Parts: sequence; structure tokens; C-alpha cells
Amino acid sequence: MSLSRLTAPLYLLASFVPIYWLVGMSMKTNEEILGGFTLWPQSPTLANYVTIFTDPDWSNGYLNSLTYVALNTVLSVLLALPAAYAFSRYRFLGDSHLFFWLLSNRMAPPAVFLLPFFQLYSSIGLFDTPWAVALAHMLFTVPLAVWILEGFMSGVPREIDETAYIDGYGFLRFFVRIFLPLIRSGVGVTAFFCFMFSWVELLLARTLTSVEAKPIVATMTRTVSAAGMDWGVLAAAGVLTLVPGAIVIWFVRDYIAKGFALGRV
Amino acid sequence: MEKPTNHRAWLLVLPVLLAVSFSAVIPLMTVVNYSVQDILGPEQRVFVGTEWFRKVLRDPELHGALRRQLGFSLAVLALELPLGVALALVLPRHGRLASLALVLLGLPLLIPFNVVGTIWQLFARGDIGLLGVAINALGLEYNYTANALDAWLTVLAMDVWHWTPLVALLCYAGLRAIPEAYYQAARIDGASTWATFRFIQLPRLRGVLTIAVLLRFMDSFMIYTEPFVLTGGGPGNATTFLSQYLTRLAVGQFDLGPAAAFSLVYFLVILLLSYVFYTAMTRTKEAR
Repeated sequence: MSLSRLTAPLYLLASFVPIYWLVGMSMKTNEEILGGFTLWPQSPTLANYVTIFTDPDWSNGYLNSLTYVALNTVLSVLLALPAAYAFSRYRFLGDSHLFFWLLSNRMAPPAVFLLPFFQLYSSIGLFDTPWAVALAHMLFTVPLAVWILEGFMSGVPREIDETAYIDGYGFLRFFVRIFLPLIRSGVGVTAFFCFMFSWVELLLARTLTSVEAKPIVATMTRTVSAAGMDWGVLAAAGVLTLVPGAIVIWFVRDYIAKGFALGRV
Repeated sequence: MEKPTNHRAWLLVLPVLLAVSFSAVIPLMTVVNYSVQDILGPEQRVFVGTEWFRKVLRDPELHGALRRQLGFSLAVLALELPLGVALALVLPRHGRLASLALVLLGLPLLIPFNVVGTIWQLFARGDIGLLGVAINALGLEYNYTANALDAWLTVLAMDVWHWTPLVALLCYAGLRAIPEAYYQAARIDGASTWATFRFIQLPRLRGVLTIAVLLRFMDSFMIYTEPFVLTGGGPGNATTFLSQYLTRLAVGQFDLGPAAAFSLVYFLVILLLSYVFYTAMTRTKEAR
């Protein structure tokens, strides 16, 4: 028993060590990082963070990333809601095939697909806008969003829908006024997963943007190749990429702790 | 209660269908186009039929990458699933501790892929990184840039660190959804911890485990950015998985035709294996 009680704290501690290393590096100078092994910063400095906050390239990168991630999250949830309702409430022609097809879009290996993506979004004038990245990321966030929302919706008894229709509610009014509040935590959890997968993705985000919508992940790789390896600044930027995610997970922690079961098909 | 059949439900699915088709179908057709043509210049293309497919299917380097890929994905599933389920079982359930544990657990998931690679690149270095220094201090020879096995294990450790939280979060949520009455019944029957797990918790986790298996399989099978940053595919080809090899073909040598043919084969392999997992894990429910 004592062993199993120790497992969680031990794992969490171990899993925090690489993050500690990142935070530690962000407060070291480049000389200290590369000079030798030090367990913690010998003379902690915030210079790396100052570099980031005073250079508009970095702050623009953050804003651009947050813009397409927010777009993607909102669009994915909005589109997935009616689809998940259909999957959870009705049988219809080809439903399970359709679902697997949605999922299969996650399986396209990026290397070669990047070029046609680039051509597609260029030809409709979306290249280098947050819309291009948001739409491309929907390929892997939407199937997940449908799946998770469907799980939450299936937990709501169908009698509620029927009672509402008998009481004279139209579909839209019922959905927004009655149904949506019931699956609030599902919307929260779904938004979290969309946010997460869109925030961490690099290849599509980098390919579909150049200057105007350049995301933070691209700012990182490009700065590194231009000015040699500025590990300290890179680590500081890495720490800052953790912040939005940490805030989001803080908001949805109760929804996750409440639990959900996913029972697609 | 059986779900009613209603084909008008298609109208509710239509927005998703259109949005996803828009980004999915045209690129797929383009790749199919590339895969049967020799592209000599912007306006010079020759139809070559299945030549590229035959070429890549016989490529010994691809076979090596595929073997390494299968080994890697299997190891990922074999480690992350049991570890994730075990973690979900022992994480605190209530109060501030539970909140703190969930946030700590989720952190690695929220780090962009290239940053994950960067962290481990320095963290695992034998001269200046905490992990490398610690392993060397134990008296073990460890150098992920020179030793193939070390490199492979480092990539694996990185992936386990990075993605086990996803499995754990999903399972944690699945466990929380089990009504308390089930546990009371088990206690009354005097069920052991193992029996409770095997007959109550595990069956109720099937839904979340299906999604965890599929996501981890697909994403590990297409892993690119993290090992690219960490090891660059080396030493030698030790950590060159399918995506790295494909990128080398498409971008490095600019062999667009063979690369496209390879992409399609790659896509079909993932599709096929995912379909096997998907049907295997969803069919058990219907049999019940």
C-alpha cells in the first residue's frame, strides 16, 4: 500500500525534472549552460527573459500562435458540437465509416503532405494567415473533439431531449439553453485537447506561415539557426510556451477530475 | 435503449464534413498525382504508373526504417499504456492535491514538440545535462550522440515522459466516471483490488483506452520533430524512423515522386493498423 501511495508523487517528481532543467537553463548564461555541469544557476539572471520581452519578434510570435490556436479551438468545438450530437443520438447511413474517415485524417504523414497544403492555402489566399494554420490543425483536432463530445453527450439521457421537444422547444433553443449547460465540462475538456494539440504542433504551423503570422515555434527554430545556438534564450522561450497551457489546464482540472467515459460506437 | 435511425442527422454532420474535406481531399489527390508522375520541371511531367511504388517498396533503407519504427511504436505502447493506467489508479482523487497533481501531470503535454527535443538534447548530454551526468555518475557508459542503443533509449524515454500523461489523464477521467455504487458492490462481494480492477475498472476504461491506443499509435508512428531535434536520426540511422526517412527523400533529395508513393504506402499502413486496433477495441462491446 505504501508503495502505491508513493508511486504518484515519485512519478510527478521525476516528470518535473526535465522541466526544472528547462527553467534552470533559462536563468543561466550561455557560458554557464555549455561550460560545465551545474545543478542550479550559479548566478541566476533574467537577461534571457529581458531579451524576449524587448524583442517584438518574440511577442508577435506568441500572439500569432495564440491567435490560430484560439481560432482552431473555437472552430473545432463549434463544428464538432452538432456532429457529436448526431453521432450520440442517431444511427444514420454510414455513421461509423464516416467517423473512422474523420479519424483517418490524422494519419497523413506530414513530410510530403506539407507541399500540397502550402499550395492549397496559397491558392485561396490564406497563406501566412492564422486561418490557414487553424484550418489545417482542424484535421487532427476535429475528430478528437467529436469523439470526446460524443462521449459526454451519450451520458445525458435521451429523455431530456424528448421532454424538451414535447415542451415545444425547437432544436436550436433546446441545444443552447438546455443541452449545452449539461455538457459544459465536456466542452471544457474538448477545448483543452484542441488547444493542446494545436499549441504544440510545429510542422504545419511553420509551413503555412512566413512573416505576418509566424508562430512562436518557428520564431524559436529560426532565431536559433541565425544567431548560433542561444540556448538560454531558447530555454526562456520554452518556459514561456508552458504558461498558456498551464493556465488552460488549471481551468479544466475540475472537469477532468469529474470524469468522463468515451464510448464511441 | 436503441438509437433511432434518422438519416437527416447527416445535416448535423455536414459542417464537420465540409471543413475537414476542404483540408483533406485536395492535398491527398495532389499526393496521389505526384506518386504516379516523374516531375522534371514545372510544366514537364511524365506519367510513370506504379514505378515509384515498386521502387520504394524494394528500398532496403525503407525496410530498416520500418523495422525501427515498428519496434519504437510497440515499445511506446507497451510502456505508456500500463504506466498511464497505473498512474491514473494512484493519483489523488479529491481536493487541492488532485488539482496540483493534474496540472503537474499535464505540463509535458503542453510543451511544443521542438522544445521537448531541445530540453532532452541538453538534459541528456553526458557532460552538461542532469540526466547524462547522473547516469555516468552511476558508472554506466552513456552517450546518446555516439551509441546507437543509448540514442534509441533516450528517444524512447523522452516519448514516455512526453506522452504517458495523455494516457494517464484519459484513464483518470475514465475512472472518475465509474459510479461509487460499483465499488460498494465490489466491497460487499469482498473483491480483491485486482478483481476490482479487472472486472470493474478495466471494462469501464475501454472507451478512453481505445482513444489512448489510437492516438499513441498514430502519433508515435509519425513521430518526427522530437527525434529530429534530439538526435537528427543518428548515430548512423539508429533513430531514423519513417518520417525522418521520408523527409530526407522529399526535401533532402527532392525525389517528390518516390516520396509521394512512400507517403501513400505509409498512410495506408497507419490506416490499416489503426483500423485493426479500432475494430478490435470497439467490437468487444457489441459482443457483450
